[in-house]
Amino acid sequence: MNEPKPKYLKLSGLEPLVVTPENNFINVGERTNVAGSKKFLRLVKEEKFEEALDVARNQVEGGAQIIDINMDDGLIDGKEAMVKFLNLVIAEPDIARVPIMIDSSKWEIIEAGLRVVQGKCVVNSISLKEGKEQFVQHAKLIKRYGAAVIVMAFDEVGQADNYDRRIEISKRSYDILVNEVNFPPEDIIFDLNIFPVATGMDEHKLNAIDFIEATRWVRENLPYCSVSGGVSNVSFSFRGNNPVREAMHSVFLYHAIKAGMNMGIVNPTMLEVYDDIPKDLLEHVEDVILNRRDDATERLLDFAETVVGKAKESKVDLSWREDSLQERITRALVKGIDQYIVEDVEAARLSVSKPIEVIEGHLMTGMNVVGDLFGSGKMFLPQVVKSARVMKKAVAYLLPYIEEEKLRNPQKEGSEGAGKILMATVKGDVHDIGKNIVSVVLACNNYEIVDLGVMVPPEKIIAEAITHNVDIIGLSGLITPSLDEMVHLAKEMQRKNFTVPLLIGGATTSKAHTAVKIDPQYREAVVHVNDASRAVTVVGDLLKKDTNVAYKQNLKEDYEVFRDKFLKRSVKKEYKSIEAARKNKCAIDWGTSEIVPPRELGIQVIERMDLEKLLPFIDWTPFFRSWELHGKYPDILQDDVVGTQATELFADAQAMLKKVLSEKQLTARGVFGLFPANSINDDDIEVSVPQGEGDKERYVFRTLRQQLQRREGVPDYALADFIAPKTSGKQDYIGCFCVSTGFGTAELAAEYEKQLDDYSSIMIKALADRLAEAFAEYLHKEVRTKHWGYAADEKLTNDELINESYKGIRPAPGYPACPDHLEKLTIWDLLQVEERIGVQLTESLAMWPAASVSGYYFGSPEARYFGLGKIKKDQVADFAERKGISIAKATKWLAPNLVDG
Amino acid sequence: MSNIQEILKERILVLDGAMGTMLQRYKFQETDFRGERFKDWAHPLQGNNDLLSLTQPEAIAEVHRKYFAAGADIVETNTFSGTTIAMADYHMEELVYELNYESASIAKRVANEFTAKEPHKPRFVAGSIGPTNKTASMSPDVNDPGFRAISFEELRIAYKQQIEALLDGGADILLVETIFDTLNAKAALFAIEEVKEERTIEVPVMVSGTITDASGRTLSGQTAEAFLISISHIQILSVGFNCALGANQLVPHLEVLSSRTDYAVSAHPNAGLPNAFGEYDESPEQMAEQIKEYVEKGLVNIVGGCCGTTPEHITAIAKLVQQYAPRKVEKISMSV
Repeated sequence: MNEPKPKYLKLSGLEPLVVTPENNFINVGERTNVAGSKKFLRLVKEEKFEEALDVARNQVEGGAQIIDINMDDGLIDGKEAMVKFLNLVIAEPDIARVPIMIDSSKWEIIEAGLRVVQGKCVVNSISLKEGKEQFVQHAKLIKRYGAAVIVMAFDEVGQADNYDRRIEISKRSYDILVNEVNFPPEDIIFDLNIFPVATGMDEHKLNAIDFIEATRWVRENLPYCSVSGGVSNVSFSFRGNNPVREAMHSVFLYHAIKAGMNMGIVNPTMLEVYDDIPKDLLEHVEDVILNRRDDATERLLDFAETVVGKAKESKVDLSWREDSLQERITRALVKGIDQYIVEDVEAARLSVSKPIEVIEGHLMTGMNVVGDLFGSGKMFLPQVVKSARVMKKAVAYLLPYIEEEKLRNPQKEGSEGAGKILMATVKGDVHDIGKNIVSVVLACNNYEIVDLGVMVPPEKIIAEAITHNVDIIGLSGLITPSLDEMVHLAKEMQRKNFTVPLLIGGATTSKAHTAVKIDPQYREAVVHVNDASRAVTVVGDLLKKDTNVAYKQNLKEDYEVFRDKFLKRSVKKEYKSIEAARKNKCAIDWGTSEIVPPRELGIQVIERMDLEKLLPFIDWTPFFRSWELHGKYPDILQDDVVGTQATELFADAQAMLKKVLSEKQLTARGVFGLFPANSINDDDIEVSVPQGEGDKERYVFRTLRQQLQRREGVPDYALADFIAPKTSGKQDYIGCFCVSTGFGTAELAAEYEKQLDDYSSIMIKALADRLAEAFAEYLHKEVRTKHWGYAADEKLTNDELINESYKGIRPAPGYPACPDHLEKLTIWDLLQVEERIGVQLTESLAMWPAASVSGYYFGSPEARYFGLGKIKKDQVADFAERKGISIAKATKWLAPNLVDG
Repeated sequence: MSNIQEILKERILVLDGAMGTMLQRYKFQETDFRGERFKDWAHPLQGNNDLLSLTQPEAIAEVHRKYFAAGADIVETNTFSGTTIAMADYHMEELVYELNYESASIAKRVANEFTAKEPHKPRFVAGSIGPTNKTASMSPDVNDPGFRAISFEELRIAYKQQIEALLDGGADILLVETIFDTLNAKAALFAIEEVKEERTIEVPVMVSGTITDASGRTLSGQTAEAFLISISHIQILSVGFNCALGANQLVPHLEVLSSRTDYAVSAHPNAGLPNAFGEYDESPEQMAEQIKEYVEKGLVNIVGGCCGTTPEHITAIAKLVQQYAPRKVEKISMSV
């Protein structure tokens, strides 16, 4: 035989824990033990399992490598409590990553625990106390359940309390386990009983040194096993004198670890660093632990009198709980900790005469700190949204008291809030991530938010604004038709003689559009605000009593100056006629340019896309941008300024994503089709549909052509240029698609909102959007390499995909190459999108669910993305005629792209 | 039966490919699934592939035959869903014993045909034990994370029934596969140990987990190493991964297993990642090219295919692996 290979104790939670000599010492968390923690016992008794989970989480965060869970108490059903708590622990990846120690003196509780944990646990404990038969039976089952075991030095006679008995019992236990049960020796952990020293009784003098020496014997004579123990017992007689206890723990561990103790239950806050123990204290303590003098106990007792207690900080720092009430509330808000907020708010409520004063006083003081930190760039958006979650909980707790107070003192109408703001995503638009973020941040700053949601018709905005007597109206929108809705609403506000300021935000909005199109329609202040931090200052300035008139005056002037400059600048550009542009089209030589016929023509539906497969296609950079963290993924995680916050946000996103996947919370569906097509009359694309698919046999896509006068030799593109003209005699092809990952998003978000959790509500929407884009990317790849197959051998990295280095393009209606949303109707008709996968179009032609992407596929190697830019009225008229709609309608839809309209 | 433990020391063994992909080629309709015996069954049966062992036994035998002919040493029984838990969808809980028994018998019959023809290359039958359609470590209810749709005990009882029938039908090996929740697998292993003890027999056991995505974890959240540690408490023949990923994506996880276990290592990946229609379309040559990395690095002892693989894939894999030595195994579980 060769020299035996080392065998190590290996445990697992979601992650492995391999106990090697290099680990030195494995620290077992002991706060989730009803026998050892009064607090934990109370939480379990009162079924406050969320808080009980926090206890477990804090231990893991504080460095516990295993958590011991014990439910042995006469007043609780131990088996039920063990199963329930373990099931909850397992659902929390940040706790369940470490292995679990199932601790009970009752076998039925241990077995119940073993049946719910997937990882390799430790059973704490078994012993020969009830005889060999039961010991063997339990050990066999533990092995079969796949756990390691702690064996107590205890037998039929009693507990081992000296060196010889410790050795005798551990040797006998080991032999039975290894030789008779075939238990892996590396899975055996001995608890050799740590008993108190310095009790004043002579027979206790050897307690520590016997343990240490027995440990040495066990590690030398019983191969591969481990030794553990509960350390705090040793200092039991010095309860109340923490400095001495901490020194005793450190000294005891120092020597026990040298002897081979490699695991133990130690409260990390009750531990002094060995080298930091004052020399004189160290000497006295070592005398006791190692039993070096007969009078060691008396000398330490005397010396202990002189040692003054001092508080120490725990690793999971809860010392802030000792601070003043206001400091605690402020900290909870700044750090986003909602654990104690109700408790603290209740204390605050009892300290004031009217409950509203808690909001106006304590909570606002805290939120002002949040606002200042955010304003000065020391906090980031995701943190602020978490702060809001705490704030909401606090306010929700106070509301019933405030209502009660109102009934008692009805004379005073309305509280002196900072102001009331109406927020809405305009008619026809469904995107609300940005709006929700701004709402949350404003709410954090004590503004009352009246959020009307998405697709809000202008009549409703006007009516609600009047009902609620709001101070500001904020409008949001992502798609271009929403810009018109905003103009319309500004006109309506003017007509109804509104005086409140109007805020404009959303991805397609701009200062230019606001200044040129919206501001002139409304005599009062109109402000373009595109990020949450600016929203706070702008709203603050708009509502500041003494200076707001001047501020609004300035705004109006600023927008006028901006408008003039903008209009003057745009005058300089020159545009050609549509005829001239067509003559300068992008002329592809169809005689030589390769056309690959699709392998599969016709329409295909993806009923249920597996979201897992989309993960590699996710482009995370825009996700961070939606939370106003700017930088490219993955570099942003290491960013000096926002790195920490980005990392935390990303971890939250990953956790939610995992949940979405494992619980199948979102459904993804897609449809696409590949068809024979040719361009006709320069700018149109005629699509033939196979019999039986679609209502008609022939559909026409109308494309738009660039008209801006540019330098010689640069063609004026239209998408139709990338499809072979009918006159070329070549058969060409086009594809179109719609994918959505949004089925289920609205319900989840609503659920989160119900729980006052805007952070998660915004997060789920942001993730659904990313998944939809990933789906579009994934499907495009499948089409390129398989269904169409013109790039069957393509091999691109994810970065290359994101950088669009593939062949062919997939432009989307509503985006720069084809800003005309009306074309979506043709795609919907052709693919029967709504019937097949349930994605609908709103009156503004936004897709619902919001996390959807649609577009065309062009396969030509010459196809490229371009921006249409501005077009002239002649093309609009031509377009209207081709499409068979009125010029007015065409003008309305193309307004954002019109040169002069 | 010749000793599989001995053969494993000498060469890389080849496992078969997908059963489902092959059965699709028959384009069986509802009436074919029902056959004469179940023509009046009150519930739809199309899609119950395990049932075909009773209603279309020749097709099942033919698929096994093709895989053996392609060079497989081991075929898996057509019993991936053969538990009362998974069969509840078809209200066929009562048939579980028969399904497993017949499936194992069919496979064993075909294996014997081949072993008789080529005694130097004995063929084996692995009783396929799927994960069931429920999970013991996760809650299906978002709002109740402590809830469980199935318990360890329910799983253990169901698995035990399947295991007994597979062994009675003639399975040489038990293959606990496509493990997405380690707790389910531990219930199966617990049941195996019980049966072994009750019958005083030894059975080689293969354990194969599933890494579900690029995060490198099982669906129930474990890393490859944590998974390995959680199933290493009983004597097993091999540990490995199958399904969910293509051959390439499995490499890092096989490296973890290979460097940390003394047992044999197995892999039966999918034919690449599925396309938009859930189809697998990696060619035999493409797949074999990727599996070359396994054998060049000496990562595996048993290789085969999962979703989307066909006899053509297995031919390519078998041809490849015969040119390479198996991974060195320290501990091959003992048989009596």
